[in-house]
Amino acid sequence: MLKKLMGSAALLTLLAGPAVADTVKIGFVTTLTTPVAVIGKDMRDAVDLAVEHIGGKMGNLDVEIVYADDEFNSQKGKQATERLVLSDKVDIVAGYIWSNVLLASAPVVLGEGKILISANAGPSPLAGAQCNENFFNIAWQNDQTPMALGELLNQQGVKSLYLVAPNYAAGQNMVAGVERTFKGKVVGKDMTVWPSQRDWSAELTKVKSAKPEGVFTFYPGPAGPAFIKQYQQAGLAGDVPLYSVYTLDSISLPLFQKAGMETVLGTKMTQFWAPDLDNATNKKFVADFRAKYGRYPSFYAAQSYDSIMYIASAVKAVNGDVKNTDGMRAALKAANFDSVRGPFKMGNNHFPIQNFYERTVVKDADGNWTTAVGRAVLKGHQDPYASQCKMKG
Amino acid sequence: MDYVLLTEQFLNGFQLGIILFLMAAGLTLVFGIMDLVNLAHGSMFMIGAFVGGTIALLTGSFVVGVILMVPAMLVIGVVVEMTALRTLYPRDHLDQVLATFGLILFFNEATRLIWGPEGLVVPLPAFLDGIVSLGFGITYPVYRIFIIVIGLLVAFGLYLLVGKTRIGMLIRAGASNRTMAGVLGVNIPKLFSIVFGLGAVLAGLAGLIITPITQAAIGMGEDVLILAFVVIVIGGIGSIRGAFVASIVTGVIDTLGRSFLDVVLLLFLPANAAESAGPAVSSMLIYILMAAILFFRPQGLFPPKGAR
Repeated sequence: MLKKLMGSAALLTLLAGPAVADTVKIGFVTTLTTPVAVIGKDMRDAVDLAVEHIGGKMGNLDVEIVYADDEFNSQKGKQATERLVLSDKVDIVAGYIWSNVLLASAPVVLGEGKILISANAGPSPLAGAQCNENFFNIAWQNDQTPMALGELLNQQGVKSLYLVAPNYAAGQNMVAGVERTFKGKVVGKDMTVWPSQRDWSAELTKVKSAKPEGVFTFYPGPAGPAFIKQYQQAGLAGDVPLYSVYTLDSISLPLFQKAGMETVLGTKMTQFWAPDLDNATNKKFVADFRAKYGRYPSFYAAQSYDSIMYIASAVKAVNGDVKNTDGMRAALKAANFDSVRGPFKMGNNHFPIQNFYERTVVKDADGNWTTAVGRAVLKGHQDPYASQCKMKG
Repeated sequence: MDYVLLTEQFLNGFQLGIILFLMAAGLTLVFGIMDLVNLAHGSMFMIGAFVGGTIALLTGSFVVGVILMVPAMLVIGVVVEMTALRTLYPRDHLDQVLATFGLILFFNEATRLIWGPEGLVVPLPAFLDGIVSLGFGITYPVYRIFIIVIGLLVAFGLYLLVGKTRIGMLIRAGASNRTMAGVLGVNIPKLFSIVFGLGAVLAGLAGLIITPITQAAIGMGEDVLILAFVVIVIGGIGSIRGAFVASIVTGVIDTLGRSFLDVVLLLFLPANAAESAGPAVSSMLIYILMAAILFFRPQGLFPPKGAR
């Protein structure tokens, strides 16, 4: 009986063998439940569009995407990653919105010697001392965007700043990033409980009392609109300009438009990408995304689209031999593909060296609220942790 | 530390306390009278926000949303009590926790199916938008004052209902000694349905009036629920008066902690340590208070008369 079973199992493996070789299996971890699932949906839509653009093929291999839900929770994210790596046997793991989820999950993927590509989270440990030859980030390191914002504040002549951000890995990186480049005085700083705190009455009252020339904030997902709404309700919107990173995006702007919150118009932020960034790849991506889904893509979508194109470039470079990890690594290091952000390089720590642009909230020609890209605040910028990484470029 | 900041933070704390009171009032009645640990009370908070918010968006009037939310939540509360909770009364607390936790999952998923994952944005009614000056340089958002006024009115209404009416007398009798009340001919199942429905209305009201500030989101009730449990433990289980006092105390301590603790810590800690310890310690303050109350006065500040 046992022999028979083993025999048929062996037969099954034989049958399954060739099919596996013809497919590249990519695990994509994002948030598909809880209120922040709107981000996960945007990312999944972008991945689907990317797969459609490459005709479902990477080189001669069929693409199979296995989506996994991190439930906005680092432990659940780690378990989802374990399932992808150990039971689904994916070739590559990508995705990750949240820095804390990525930090919990990375050892699982890297411990199995598989390649891990972050499509959003860029926590400082993975960029510095804990950098890994199999880990690549196709978005940015957390500190970079706020560093650009600090520079923007200097250029705008802001002398005093109040910081309000959530108290978790990314929130701390964002605040540290602004403080790295901002030359004026930080008159106050509040780190709030994440993700439960949704009422900022105490913090906003302190802001009002401190009378700064600008306020910096970072609230990703649905918390962002809630914060900005209360900023307006507290009567601060007219008096103190609000500067943000990753808070106003194509997911939240339509909500503000619907609610008629005009004070959001003219608000400034910084980012490595913008929907109106002028290059052929981005134009095609934004136009097709809007045609297919009827809305502007968010930066989460742009990064997710890029990660699929990025993986495709590597799979092509090794002629479909995805088990050739050395070849894959070299190709990913070269990052030889057309990104929606335009040209960029991979640094020694496998984080991008890239431009960061000023973005201002405006109405587009059809009256939809979006952002207009300004000049590059930082050019060819590398994150400050790269020097702590032992890998050499 | 200037008095304007202090007063405004005190108002913020008071407003948080009002929301907690609306949650805790229902929770303490259900726990105190029916001896039911109801984790799904947070779901009522969420459903009130989504149902009332949808009515407000459809009719274009927030006030209509608030008014129509009351009968809607009463019906939902009574239906949940009759269908799901009735069989749980004789079971022990662990079974009730498990079953009502299941209800949380059910309601969260149902909300996601009906309204989608992105939640609901309910705009402020125009006449409540803006800032009002309270004199002495103190300014405060009109809408938060509206919340405080609504909460105080409800508290007064509950005081009249529980203290001066026949149904209130039955509720008090149930809270003090359920078995005795039943023996004396009080229709216990009917009383339970009314109490649960009332609790659902109060929780729904809290969820709805906070929505223009925080937006309605799936699972929004769970964090408030934890605070509400802290409140009823401090106030004494089954006591509306205790729930009111404890809510305000909890709201004010939590807000003042968030506002001034880092400044206080700076007096005897280096800047870096104070900065990181501030948020951590301030979020623990109310639990420290609860632990202290449990140690010195385990029955809570205002336990109902004759409660066991």
